[in-house]
Order: sequence, then C-alpha cells, then structure tokens
Amino acid sequence: MSTKRVITYAEAINEALREEMKADPNVILLGEDIGAYGGVFKVTKGLLDEFGSDRVIDTPISETGFTGAGIGAAMTGMKPVVEIMWVDFTLVAMDQILNQAAKMTYMSGGQTKVPLVIRTQGGGGRGNAAQHSQSLETMFAHVPGLKVVVPSTPYDAKGLLKSSIREECPVIFIEHKMLYNQKGEVPSEEYFIPLGQADIKREGKDVTIVSLSRMVHFCLDAARELQNEGIEAEVIDLRTLVPLDLELVKKSVQKTHRLVIVHEATRSYGWGAEVAARIQEEAFDELDAPVLRVGAEDVPIPYNLNLEKEMLPQVRDIVDAARNALYLSV
Amino acid sequence: MFNQWESEWVQYITPEGEITPTGEKVWDEKSTEEKLRFYRWMTFIRLFDRKMVVLQRQGRIGTYAPLEGQEAAQVGSALALKQEDWVFPSYRDHGVAMIVGMPLTQIILYWAGRVEGCKPPEGVRIMPPAVPIATQIPHAVGAAWGSKLRKENSVAVAYFGDGATSEGDFHEACNFAGVFQLPAILFCQNNGYAISVPFTRQSASKTVAQKASAYNFPGICVDGNDVLAVFEVMKQAVERARQGEGPTLIEAVTYRKGAHTTADDATRYRPFDEVEEWINKRDPLIRYITLLKNEGLLTEQEERDWEENAKQKIEQAVKEAEAIPPKPSTHLFAHVYAKLPPALEKQKEELLKKEGTYHA
Repeated sequence: MSTKRVITYAEAINEALREEMKADPNVILLGEDIGAYGGVFKVTKGLLDEFGSDRVIDTPISETGFTGAGIGAAMTGMKPVVEIMWVDFTLVAMDQILNQAAKMTYMSGGQTKVPLVIRTQGGGGRGNAAQHSQSLETMFAHVPGLKVVVPSTPYDAKGLLKSSIREECPVIFIEHKMLYNQKGEVPSEEYFIPLGQADIKREGKDVTIVSLSRMVHFCLDAARELQNEGIEAEVIDLRTLVPLDLELVKKSVQKTHRLVIVHEATRSYGWGAEVAARIQEEAFDELDAPVLRVGAEDVPIPYNLNLEKEMLPQVRDIVDAARNALYLSV
Repeated sequence: MFNQWESEWVQYITPEGEITPTGEKVWDEKSTEEKLRFYRWMTFIRLFDRKMVVLQRQGRIGTYAPLEGQEAAQVGSALALKQEDWVFPSYRDHGVAMIVGMPLTQIILYWAGRVEGCKPPEGVRIMPPAVPIATQIPHAVGAAWGSKLRKENSVAVAYFGDGATSEGDFHEACNFAGVFQLPAILFCQNNGYAISVPFTRQSASKTVAQKASAYNFPGICVDGNDVLAVFEVMKQAVERARQGEGPTLIEAVTYRKGAHTTADDATRYRPFDEVEEWINKRDPLIRYITLLKNEGLLTEQEERDWEENAKQKIEQAVKEAEAIPPKPSTHLFAHVYAKLPPALEKQKEELLKKEGTYHA
C-alpha cells in the first residue's frame, strides 16, 4: 500500500541521499559546506550527524580538486556524490568533468568505470546575477560519456537521484534553486525512476509543449491559461537530457502536430535546437506548424530582478508561442 | 647548471658510479638479486623505449613519448610499490607501467592507437596514461582517500612532470591530500623541460619539493638518475603513507635525453652543452653499470646476454601486438555508455551500414 506524503524538493533529494548511503557504504558525499552547515540550500541537512565526517566531507573551496578526487575515488571503487554549489562553478572544474570523468571509461577501453554523481543547482529567478543563475545543462549533454538529469518535481528528483547513484557512468544532476521549497507528493516506499524516460505532466491534444526543470511549472501554468481559451496543451517533462526520450515527444507530436520547446537556458544553441532538429528529421510529416522555441534572451543574466524577469521565459511567452503554433493571432 | 638541487637532494650513487658515504649502508643491505633487478629493469626499459622510437619512425605506432634518461626515476619508484597500490601515470611512464604488471603487448597496442591497450590484467592497479597535464593528480588523491575510508592498506601514486606543478590540479590535489592526510605519493619527475619551457620559466620556486611545505607535508628532492636513492626515498614515503602518516611529494631530478615526443625536435630549445653533460656524464644506466662492474656483480658477457634476452622479449611482444586483429569500427561505441542511449544506437546502426569504408 502506497502512502503518499507531501515533502519539498530539497527534502526529497535529502531522502534519496540518505537511502542510498544506507544501502551502500561506498556512497559518500563531498562538497563545500555540506557537513555541519547542511549545504547552502539545506539539501544535505542532518546527513553529517547520521553518517559521520568520513562519509559527509566538507572540502576545501577547490572544485577541480574535489571533483578530481571524486573521480579518482569512483575509479577505485567508491560511489561519490559530489556537490558543486552552483552549476556556474562547474566551469572551474570543467576539465575534470568533460575531459576526465566523461571519457575515462572510453579511453581506458572499459577498464575503469566512473560511478560518480555531480549534484549541482542552476537557474535564475532569485536575482543572483550572471554567474550564479545559468542553465548550463546543454553543455554537459553535448559531451559524450555523461548522463544529464534535470528534475522538476520532488517525486522525480528523488527517484532519478537514486537511479543516478546506481549508474556506472558519471551523471550530472542539476537541481533548480527555485524548486527547493516546492512541495509535492512522494511515496514513503522506495522507488526508482530510470534515466531516459520523459513524463507527460499534463495530457492534451492541441499542442505539445516540451520542457524540463522549473520551466515545466511555467508550462503547466501556461497550459491552464490556454485551457481557458479552449486549447488543450500536452506538457512533456524530459527529465533527462541524456538519455533523451525523443519517442515520447514524437508520439505526442503525432497527436497534436504542433511543438513548442521551452527552456530557461539562452535560446541559441540550447537543447531546444536539438529536439527541434530531431523532430523535423524523424517526424517532419506530422508537423502542421514550424517548431517554436521559447528560451532566455541571449544575454548574461542581470542582477536586477525586473530585468531578469524580462530576460527569462515567462508564462506569457509560452502561451504566446502555443497560440502561434496554432496560428491564432497573438 | 642544476646546482639548486644538488645542495639538497638525496644521492647514494654519484654520476661516476661511486657509492656516497650516506649510501654505503643502504647499498650494503641490498642483496645481489635486488641490485641486479635495478639494472635489468633499467636496461630493459631503455631498449624497449628505443624500439618504440624505431616503430614510430617506421609508421607502425603513433606519436610516442620517449623516456630514455628517466629510467632510474621510474624503476626506483615503481619497484618500491606493492601489488595493492594504485598508479596514476602520465604519458611518459610506461617504464612504471611494465614494472607494476602491464604487459608489453598492451603498452605497444596503446601507442598504436588501440584503446584496449589501456586495459591491464586483473589485479594490476594502473590507470590509463593521463595525457592532459596534471589531471591525474586529483584522481590519485581521490583513490588514496577511498582506500583510507575503506581502511585498506594501499597507497596511490600520481606520476607527473615538472610542468604539471604549474597547473591548478596539482595545487588543489596537494591541498586536498594535506588537509585529509591521505596515503598519496605525488611523484614528480623533474626532467627540466615542459616541452620547450625550462623549469626556471615554470616556477620561481627553487625546487618542486619545497612546494610541499605550503601544504604541510614532506617534500623530498632526490637525484632522479640514481636508482638506489629514488628507491629508498620512495620506499620511505610509501611506508609513511601506509602507516597513516600522510602524503609525500617527491621530486626526482632527471633529464629526458630525447625529445618531448617523436613529433618535436629538442635541439631547438635545449643548449648543446647541457644535453651533452646529461647524456655523457649523468646517465642513470651508465653510472649503475659502472658501479655493478666495479663491485664485480656484472660482467661484459652478462650484460650482452641480458640485452639479448631483453631484445628478444621486446621483439616477441611487438610481433604479438601486431598480430592482434583490430576491432571493427563499431568498437567506437563500445565504452561510451554501458547501454547506448537511443540516439547513439541509431548512429551505430548508420555506421554499420558503411562498415569498412575507412577502417581496414
């Protein structure tokens, strides 16, 4: 019998970490301020007390150092979950992530597995400015060897993180800072969500809207507005960029014949372009309108909250795009 | 030239092949077999290295990083390790690799561009060579940390060059190893040049070893062309690490006799006199052979026999490596993911259709 509880996204991630640490003594956490402080977003709260400082390790401010150490530990039998406080800070450890972790198994002819999870958080909406608000998921998805998870709900975050920790390859797990306090139903029983399965967050027949992370919620709000006009939008949450579940998107497009892609990342060269390209390659005849993209303006993210709102996609932009895809005057 | 090291380094065998006063006890405690083992490995590695350069010139392997001149640093350090220790080598450490158990055929395959050459036999704990600079140092530190958490007895060694000490990875790894008192050995073969840039342009520090003091663990400078001194320094560092006394930075001062790789010309950036001195007066193998002969432990005949034996083994390994059939083109996809994501599966199917177009 499944018991549903309502917990936050941060609590759901915390539970996933706790359960996996209990299940496997080789699962260890390392990162900045994750111990006594419990993480700047309180995701690792209580874990130091429960598992001790050998398994919940506060590191020096040294992303290359502790990411590299995590890789080395993973190569030799541990299962480290590295927390990089902001996705923007992964950039200082990018050689270790893209050149080392992603390629180690390949370049060793399969000798070495790298069962490493890098947990981080991204996204705007909090006035954290250009170096603390980015959506960089596509950068990781562009490099073979990594899996990329970008969850939007407490339920997904927990089930996907548990699966990520059990992967043999490095997984980049990108949380959203604006979702940590968001609540949702999470069963008390253990469950896993396999990587590579998109999820229909709302069914509809008129237009398909594909998104992930915080934008899924914006899309659901947009869908409610569209419903007032008699438009039934189907909202698909990709949940993972690698592997990408294009089949579900294709199936939806076969039903709606219209596709809008929404990401918080800057529009140009984002993952939206990849989904659009693949859909026109594989389902061109299904389309009754051009595939449309909604993304952030191609500018650094401003500190000013009003300007930030201008720059990031808003519900209004998604509604407009959906109406455009249906050739309704905006 | 190189005076800054000579005042502080550990040296047991002089370039002339004489045991120093501090080295006498160490030398006397070694069995004949141990003494000959240093010689055999250094000779074997030198002959292998020369063969590899020839294979590259003949187009039978790809660009190769020769190690001649650094045999003592590699043999001395690797022989001080045990089976359970982890090795994180750079691209010039195939001498180390063969000592810890990597078969010659694998090493040849690797340089022939065959990824399966990275794979050591079961139980041999050596990682693939790190080609970008210093990236393997944090990995070694992480492995050391893992072994500490699991309460294992193994230590982890990162092999790197002098150029690597300018990279952030080196410093972050040192910091990490120092803070957590990890069983890690940071083994620097300072061969004086990072491709063409001399050590004086790499660092204002007098030595690499002194950098350890900033991280509060021992930094030891050793004559890297003295196999006995390298072995002893490494052995002590490994023992310290095994007993939970933390990391050590070892700077083995040496010289690569040849180019950085077979793709460059070292005469363009190194002074002739300097090269001459290192080749003719400081060679690690010549000084050791001189010592063994003076001690009556090696004859001309035994030397020729061993060289012949080594050459035969090397030729045999080349033959075996070259006889291993190449993998099909779809091997490209073999180790990207345990299970291919759908998009990649599709790319593999597309490749299968044109199988054989580029790949013999």
